[in-house]
Amino acid sequence: MRPILMKGHERPLTFLKYNRDGDLLFSCAKDLSPTVWFADNGERLGTYRGHNGAVWCCDVSRDSMLLITGSADQTAKLWNVQTGAQLFTFNFDSPTRAVDFGVGDKLAVITTDPFMELPSAIHIKRISRDPSEPCFVLLSASLLPAPATPLHLNMSRVAALDSSFPPSDSSLSSSLCNFFFSLISSASIIVSSRANPEGPQGRINRAVWGPLNKTIVSAGEDAVIRIWDSETGKLLKESDKEIGHKKTITSLSKSADGSHFLTGSLDKSAKLWDTRSLSLIKTYVTERPVNAVAMSPLLDHVVLGGGQDASAVTTTDHRAGNFSSGGEDGYVRLHHFDQDYFNIRI
Amino acid sequence: MAEVMAMETASRLGIDLSNVDWDSIHLPPGEDCGILSDDEDLNEGDPLEFDGGFSNIVVVDNIPIVPTEKFEKLEGVVRKISSQMGVIKEEGLWIPIDPASQKTLGYCFVEFNTPQEAELAKEKLHNYKLDRAHIWAVNMFDDIEKFMNVPDEWAPPETKPYVPGENLQHWLTDEKARDQFVIRSGSDTEVLWNDARHLKPDPVYKRQFWTESFVQWSPLGTYLATVHRQGAAVWGGASFNRLMRYSHPQVKLIDFSPGERFLVTYSSHEPSNPRDTHRVVLNIFDVRTGKVMRDFKGSADEFAVGGAVSGVSWPVFRWGGGKEDKYFARIGKSVISVYETDTFTLIDKKSIKVENVMDISWSPTDPILALFVPELGGGNQPARVSLIQIPGKEELRQKNLFSVSDCKMYWQSSGEYLAVKVDRYTKTKKSTYTGFELFRIKERDIPIEVLELENKNDKIIAFAWEPKGHRFAVIHGDGPKPDISFYSMRSTHNSGRVSKLTTLKGKQANALYWSPAGRFILLAGLKGFNGQLEFYNVDELETMATSEHFMATDIEWDPTGRYVATSVTSVHEMENGFNIWSFNGKLLYRILKDHFFQFLWRPRPPSFLSPEKEEEIAKNLKKYSKKYEAEDQDVSLLLSEQDREKRKMLKEEWERWVLEWKRFHEEEKSDRQWLRDGEASDEEEEYEAKEVEVEEFLDVSEEVLFDFGQE
Repeated sequence: MRPILMKGHERPLTFLKYNRDGDLLFSCAKDLSPTVWFADNGERLGTYRGHNGAVWCCDVSRDSMLLITGSADQTAKLWNVQTGAQLFTFNFDSPTRAVDFGVGDKLAVITTDPFMELPSAIHIKRISRDPSEPCFVLLSASLLPAPATPLHLNMSRVAALDSSFPPSDSSLSSSLCNFFFSLISSASIIVSSRANPEGPQGRINRAVWGPLNKTIVSAGEDAVIRIWDSETGKLLKESDKEIGHKKTITSLSKSADGSHFLTGSLDKSAKLWDTRSLSLIKTYVTERPVNAVAMSPLLDHVVLGGGQDASAVTTTDHRAGNFSSGGEDGYVRLHHFDQDYFNIRI
Repeated sequence: MAEVMAMETASRLGIDLSNVDWDSIHLPPGEDCGILSDDEDLNEGDPLEFDGGFSNIVVVDNIPIVPTEKFEKLEGVVRKISSQMGVIKEEGLWIPIDPASQKTLGYCFVEFNTPQEAELAKEKLHNYKLDRAHIWAVNMFDDIEKFMNVPDEWAPPETKPYVPGENLQHWLTDEKARDQFVIRSGSDTEVLWNDARHLKPDPVYKRQFWTESFVQWSPLGTYLATVHRQGAAVWGGASFNRLMRYSHPQVKLIDFSPGERFLVTYSSHEPSNPRDTHRVVLNIFDVRTGKVMRDFKGSADEFAVGGAVSGVSWPVFRWGGGKEDKYFARIGKSVISVYETDTFTLIDKKSIKVENVMDISWSPTDPILALFVPELGGGNQPARVSLIQIPGKEELRQKNLFSVSDCKMYWQSSGEYLAVKVDRYTKTKKSTYTGFELFRIKERDIPIEVLELENKNDKIIAFAWEPKGHRFAVIHGDGPKPDISFYSMRSTHNSGRVSKLTTLKGKQANALYWSPAGRFILLAGLKGFNGQLEFYNVDELETMATSEHFMATDIEWDPTGRYVATSVTSVHEMENGFNIWSFNGKLLYRILKDHFFQFLWRPRPPSFLSPEKEEEIAKNLKKYSKKYEAEDQDVSLLLSEQDREKRKMLKEEWERWVLEWKRFHEEEKSDRQWLRDGEASDEEEEYEAKEVEVEEFLDVSEEVLFDFGQE
């Protein structure tokens, strides 16, 4: 069956995310506007305008109300999924790469790239929906001095944001009016290669929450998977050099219940790990560099995507067969599985 | 012992072991390049390293002793003579003066730009006759100390106790009669068994940075040679210990003699004066003792083949006379130099003069040299191919050829036949066509037969003799899909004429690979054809299988003719790795390796079985093969059993994980709920699809319509 071709982005795609119900698909690309689509028929619902750089990553809250995006414009932004309104902007001093909501959607992990003199870092932000909730620094322990932006400055920005969002009088978005955002961000830069020579070298391509928001799993250019304590910022576990990936980890995807995750790497393999113990469960070897991985929520299946870098594609003969430039053309392709697929018995 | 010899060799050659800037070389930690070994040699120190960097200085003795007023003149003379040999460094000429007598001391030091120039000066200026009283004695500065250290009294050399060596043919004793191969990928060099029964390779030995450029088996498979900055080394035995080192700085190419008694090493050095040609150094070592048997030095021009062509074509020395390594020959400008290995001198002390000789080729088994001379004098003197018997140098057979543009000689592996591919000009001289001259060496008077293709315009793309056989294959054609023809030197009614067996039309092939045992041939389409493979049985004249190894660059049969390896080396960026096929074209296994450089089967020495015995075995193959078939079956049963076991184990393991995850998930349920502010949970059962209809008023407007009718 031919895929549904969803045209909307003008630059190569960077990230795709379904909401929990599976009816919405969010796409990020190197153009400035993350886009939301109806997952069923590929109809474009709208875009989120406000970023000023390539958008690398996004995540959507469990109730499909909040969208967080990370962009090369050195910000991560929170959006109202339904109206497309920008709710809050987290400012950083280097491009942000990965974003992920924790369980309960009250915490977000954001990674920033090494930039100028700055090393890569993982930030944890608290998102509060209730303005009366006391503002407290969730993560007190920090390896580095407190972030350059003083907390009160954040507060003032929040206030400014509030005033720009008077409670809507539209009856239709009543659910939204109650959704009064007061965003208190408390940050703790928990890792950076400068402060911590054992820490990640180079870019962190992906960081996700572990079970019960207790840990954070990160992976990136140095090919090492690390598990951090999300409260203290302490490094808990590191993947073994021998059994781990040999080249940049490009992609990381959690299972539905978060108990295991899959990593894809330029070393032409993908590996399945247990989130709690970081023990290697399986290795999937392919013939191409792996750029993206996904796990089926229904069956014990994984999907790996990849190929050569666009810059190296010219060296490949057209008959090499399974080479694909997927995503580079800015199209989202929506494939439907045949009914047979769901009846596969091994 | 070897180290001492290597050192002597190096210092005798004056090669600049010390000139290498060791500090600029960064090796990965723990790396030793296989030269500074991790074994017992460590304690002996590295004999290749010298103190100081004086290898480009020579000491000139016996120059005139002059007072200070004549000093400048002397300096001028010495400088003038020395600078003919190379570029003298600034302030590189130093003539010491005796402070007491204010006269020179009768010797001086000359520092050249490169050690090669110093070496040349030593060679050429030694015994230079300045005048009757002053005959120069030129020595390398580095040698002086060595000369000083020569003890005045001769001491008998120590006899070292005999140390039994390893069995160098250990790999031939494999119970399963498997063959080995070596692969090089990335920085790793690996020797592996081809375990075709288990459909995978079985590792033997692996080492990082084993060689600095390439590896090479010796022709009988006894040694594996590695190439390093300081020289070459050979390894062997069950554990691949280093057996010998051959010091030759900056060695580029190596070549074993067919009987693996000798090793030829080659290096070429950049001249310091860019107008000069490269300096070439060739050493011939005895493989077992490591001793230099003969060295050759000269400019690259002297070693260029065929006169007109510039550059050195490897191998410079062609070994002849079969496996006994009795002779080697070198082609020069209108001259063929044949050396014999008993004395390492020219046969009869002189070279064979052949005007304008272009190419030579030894019979693989006999001391017969085939040579080709092109047309001379604008066609007045015909081109010729002749066969010369060594050491007598008598001409066995000669054939004159007219309007020849080029010739190529192909010997059959047992030296029975010689095929000469002749490209001739057509009458208009605008194009060429090809024919073959076939020599039957073993028959009386060496009859020659001419073979021309049916279509004269066909270009010859490839030619190959059946090993040990009487057939040959030719790829010919003019279009994109050439034809392949098979010929036999024997015809059906034994008339002693060549006969065509068959022609396969329109094949995607450009290379021929006969099985070493004959009978089967792999017709391969490399490069433009992207790795098309056709396995063909020439006895039955039928195709056994066709297949493809996409992008394949290299093909090699194992020495027994049972398996074929096709590989994609790093000339391509993708698909690097190798495939192992059975002789009849079944893909056995496939290994992918990034940056794949080399695949080489380990050769085997020739069989001890007599031809009669071999024939007997071939006849009663059924009887012999029964035992192996049973073994094969056992192995395959075992394999499927193991496979089943493995799958079961994997499944159980996976289920264990899933169970554990479920348990954790259940345990954490309440915590998760708390984190979600009490929102139910994540189980699918609680998920309910509700259809909600939302009506949205986009705009409500009222318009009063005028009643025009009233007016």
